[in-house]
Amino acid sequence: MLDTDINQIFFIAGVGILTAVIHSVLEAFGKKEFANWATLTGVVVIMLTVVSYVSDLFDKVRNVFLSH
Amino acid sequence: MEIIQIVGLGLATTILIVVLKGKSPEIAFLLSLLVGIFIFIFLLDKIALVIGLLEKLSIQAGVELIFLQTILKIIGIAYIAEFGAQIAKDSGENSIASKIELAGKVLILVLALPIVQRVVEVVLNLLPS
Repeated sequence: MLDTDINQIFFIAGVGILTAVIHSVLEAFGKKEFANWATLTGVVVIMLTVVSYVSDLFDKVRNVFLSH
Repeated sequence: MEIIQIVGLGLATTILIVVLKGKSPEIAFLLSLLVGIFIFIFLLDKIALVIGLLEKLSIQAGVELIFLQTILKIIGIAYIAEFGAQIAKDSGENSIASKIELAGKVLILVLALPIVQRVVEVVLNLLPS
């Protein structure tokens, strides 16, 4: 189970580094608006991933502690 | 040796967070949230084992089931509140963290009220009238 976890973490770190690079490249070209949009998109993509895991965690806690 | 996996996961994530923090702190925060969730989910399976044993023991000992249910609910609330408070504290929101902790304490108190009531009733029965 922890194998998929480390894959998720590397995926998110990769998306983060990629958005940071895209941000700085676009900023170097003088397109500050596009740079901000790129960062926002990266954050939203990662947040969608993380939110599904948060709901997974809450479901599991509910199953373990409240299903007796 | 699952502890080695957990520690490896934590160390790898820590390095990634340190790399990311200068570039985009939001994503570093989401990463730390995610690794916290993973370790928590991993631990929940183990906690479920312990709780199964506790349940069996309490059924054997004839303890009323409502006590065990209340205790489990309280432990669940404590875990979730602690998790949320730590995440909020990590990103510098100490006031939100203390509010989450306050909410956890109040909800635990509400859950414990029936047990307190039972204790008071038992003590009143013991007293000579």
